[in-house]
Order: sequence, then structure tokens, then C-alpha cells
Amino acid sequence: MRNDLDRELALAWLRTAAAAVERQHEELTALDAAIGDGDHGSNLRRGFAAVVAAVDALDADATPGTVLGKAGSTLISKVGGASGPLYGSALRVAGAALPAPTADLTALAEALRAGLGAVQKLGGAAVGDKTMIDAFEPAVAALERAAFDGFTLREASALAAEAAEAGARATIPLQARKGRASYLGPRSVGHQDPGATSTALLFRALAEAVTA
Amino acid sequence: MKKLINTPESVLDDALAGIAAAHPELTVDRENRVIHRADAPRPGKVTLISGGGSGHEPLHGGFVGPGMLDAACPGEVFTSPVPDQLLAAVRATDGGAGVVFVVKNYTGDVMNFSLAAELAAEEGIEVRTVLVNDDVAVEDSTFTAGRRGTGATVVVEKVAGALAERGAKAAEVASVGERAVAASRSFAVALTAATVPAAGRPGFDLPEDEIEVGVGIHGEPGRRRAPLRPARELVAEVVDTILADHTLSAGDEVIALVNGLGATPLLELYIVYGEVAARLAERGLTIARNLVGNYVTSLDMAGFSLTLTKADPELLELWDAPVHTAALRRG
Repeated sequence: MRNDLDRELALAWLRTAAAAVERQHEELTALDAAIGDGDHGSNLRRGFAAVVAAVDALDADATPGTVLGKAGSTLISKVGGASGPLYGSALRVAGAALPAPTADLTALAEALRAGLGAVQKLGGAAVGDKTMIDAFEPAVAALERAAFDGFTLREASALAAEAAEAGARATIPLQARKGRASYLGPRSVGHQDPGATSTALLFRALAEAVTA
Repeated sequence: MKKLINTPESVLDDALAGIAAAHPELTVDRENRVIHRADAPRPGKVTLISGGGSGHEPLHGGFVGPGMLDAACPGEVFTSPVPDQLLAAVRATDGGAGVVFVVKNYTGDVMNFSLAAELAAEEGIEVRTVLVNDDVAVEDSTFTAGRRGTGATVVVEKVAGALAERGAKAAEVASVGERAVAASRSFAVALTAATVPAAGRPGFDLPEDEIEVGVGIHGEPGRRRAPLRPARELVAEVVDTILADHTLSAGDEVIALVNGLGATPLLELYIVYGEVAARLAERGLTIARNLVGNYVTSLDMAGFSLTLTKADPELLELWDAPVHTAALRRG
């Protein structure tokens, strides 16, 4: 078990995420069909398949930051829609904040906070708008709290995954104010946001990769 | 799902192969997914580039050619193109006079076009953006992503394309595009949902006797559900909704686009057009120019959208200018 993010763990995180997207793409697409246009699962599936191929081709001396950055630029150039630039920018900016061969929990939390900032800047959404921010923000906050309290990476990533999942579930009663679901107005109420759901899936993948 | 496809994954690539085979006057870069004029780049001409998710054909690839677009970038079905793709289109067509992007107002399109504009700027290419947001079904407020871009896109591409063809500067081309956006309002009604190939089932379930009022072009439900009514009553609601939001008054002339959403026969679209003309006449408005047909579609969605653009002599002259594209030809 690890307590730092290194190149191997970054690769394991992305591979676990890709496998989870592959497993759950139909569920993501179904959530998107309810309040969007029904392609979130297939878009992320295409993107993460490309991510795995791209990061596998990186040199052995790549830092975890290089791995996440490469994943980000791959998502931007392969996914399209809003999720490509949003997830892509999050990973690129987080990656740029991790130049060392290993990063401790505090550094990881800071990097993901920077990635979250990139998403907020690009999409202009806040907590409560029924977007991926509703899962991303509580997950990063959980990592920060865990780092402050001296938790292990394993404990912290599990708490972050739980916080993201709770955040995703909490989007169900909300009315969307950003993205395509916002066009539905009150009709978006009662459906879980697909973007928040895929964000929760990515944080769960981190927790699984850390434990593996 | 019953569609003429090979696999859901290869829909776009297979369609691009068909477009390349059907239109030798266009260059189809299948690797970068760019459709552009075969004679590009044209030195000194402002380049007009649009793009967006596939599934809206003939938008945008069908409007590439003299008098309209220089290049179009189709994304995956209902998904915006990626920045690399847009940058490839800029590189293939830039004639040194600047580039104007025509972007429909959807979060993903806006982000990807804006990333591409930044990348182009790094290469020293100036890009201006015309944002199309004509759909009155969406309340334009801080509580939404803003109004969607729908039927007015055709009007914008036509008039801006005509002005670019005449050698106007990039700022002028963008400015006339923005003027066309400001003069346009659209509203749509769906009788059935669209089926995205990758999803395999309709985007929403609609009983036989109900319709979705205020839909966009991406298969998402509209702003409300209502009973199916005769065309005359539906058109009355659509026209009145647009006029309530428009700055039109008796005596004005309009360009009217009665647009099929993909699965509605022309027979029905002409019934709709007749009702539109009658309703507008009652309000003292004259249709100066019209288009009736499938121009901005939503895969196999049945229904129609109406776009009304307030006309003026300049817009009419640009509208009438020669155009030679796969989907629109005259002069």
C-alpha cells in the first residue's frame, strides 16, 4: 500500500478509471439521456480508451504530473463536448502542479484543488448548479481535510470517493443551471447529474488504485 | 434502433467517406475530420469556419462552398468537435485575412471553439467568433447556459459567407453575422425523439398523441409536453411565441425558415409553411424570402423549427448572393 502518488499509482488510477468507465458507460449514458443528449458514457469511454493508450506510451521516467497532464491533453483532443475540455483541463492543471517524482497527500490535494479551479473557470459553475462540481468540490475538500488530519492516502481517497458519491446523489433534487440540462429548467429535477456521477466514478477509481 | 449504419462507433467516419465520395468539389480530411473547400486557402479572403456535433446534417458540411463556409468540423454525434480538429480547419483554409468561427451556443461548443481560438492565436492567426443563440424556448438568464443556437445558424452562415466572398474584412464579416443573430428568433416542436446511435434508444419517450414543445436539436426534451393538435394550432403557438420575443412590427419583412428536424416529410413542412405565411400575414408581416426543408436537423426527430429573421436591404442582398454548396445552391 502506498502513501504517495508516484508514476505507477497515477497510471493505475487512470487504468482503473478507464475500466470503470468501460463497465459503467451505459449507466452514464442513460443518466445523460434523461436530462441531456445521451452520449456522456460513450464519449468518456472513447476518451479513456485513448488516455490508456497515450499514458502507456510515456517514458519510464515520467512524473505522476506528466502522466496526468498527458491524460488531460488526450481527453481534450479526443472527447469533445463539454466533458472533454472540463476533465481534460482538470487533469492538465493538476498534472502541472505535480512536477516531483512523488507527491504526498497534501500535494495531491493541492493539485486537485488547482484542477477543480480550472474546471470552475472554464465552465463557470458552482456547487448546486447540478454539474460535476457538485461531486468534485466535496471530494477535494475531503482530501484536504484528511491531509490536515494526518490520514493516510488510503483513508483519504476512500473519504474523497464517498464525498464525491454523496455529492453526485445530492444533485438529484436540484434544477440544472449549467450545461445542456439547464435547457430543461424544472424538468431537470429528479435526475442525478451524469457529470457528477462520472466524477464520483473517477474518485472511486483513485481509492481502488491506492488500495490495490 | 433501426438505422442504416455499420456500427455505432463508425457512424461519423463512414459518413465522411460518403461525403468525400459524393462531393469531389470538397476536400474531406478524414483523419482530422475537416470538410473544406477544395480551392482553400484563398489568399486575402476571410475564412468562415463552423462545426458542431454530427446529426444536424446538412449543417455544417452541407454548407461548405463558395458563398458560405470555407470549412466545417463535424464532431461525434451531438458532441462538439475538438480543438485539434478546429485548428486543422484553420490551418487548411486560412488565407491570411483572418478567421471567423460560427458557434452555436452550447457549453461544449463554446469551450472547444474558444480553446481552438487560443491555439490559433498562438500561431499568429486572428480568430473572431459569432455566437448563435436564437432559440426563444430557453430563458436567457444566469440560470441557464443561455439560449441555444439552432435554425438561425443557416442564416448567419449564408449572409456572413456572402460578405466574406466579396472580400470584406474579418471584423465586417463577424459584424454582419452578429447582426443576423440579433435579428433572428427560433422555436421548435418535436413529434418524436431522436435516437443517438451510440445510445441505441430514443432520447425521450413520447406517447402517440403528445408532442414536446420548445425542443433543441440534441434530442433533449423540450420545455413542456403538450397534446398533439392540428398544424394550424401548433404553428399559431410557435409564431406567437417567437413574435412575443421579437422586435417585429406590422409592415416589417422577414426571412422565414421552416426547418424539418429530420423525420418530417416535405408535405408536412409545406403545410406548416402555409400556416406560417397566413399567421404572419394576419400580423401585417411579409415573408421576403423563405427556405422550406431539412437544414438543421436532429437525426431522426420528427417535427419542425421556425426561424424568423428581420430583414433589411443588406441582409436580403447577402441572402440572395450566389452560393454553391451541397445543400444550398443558387446564382
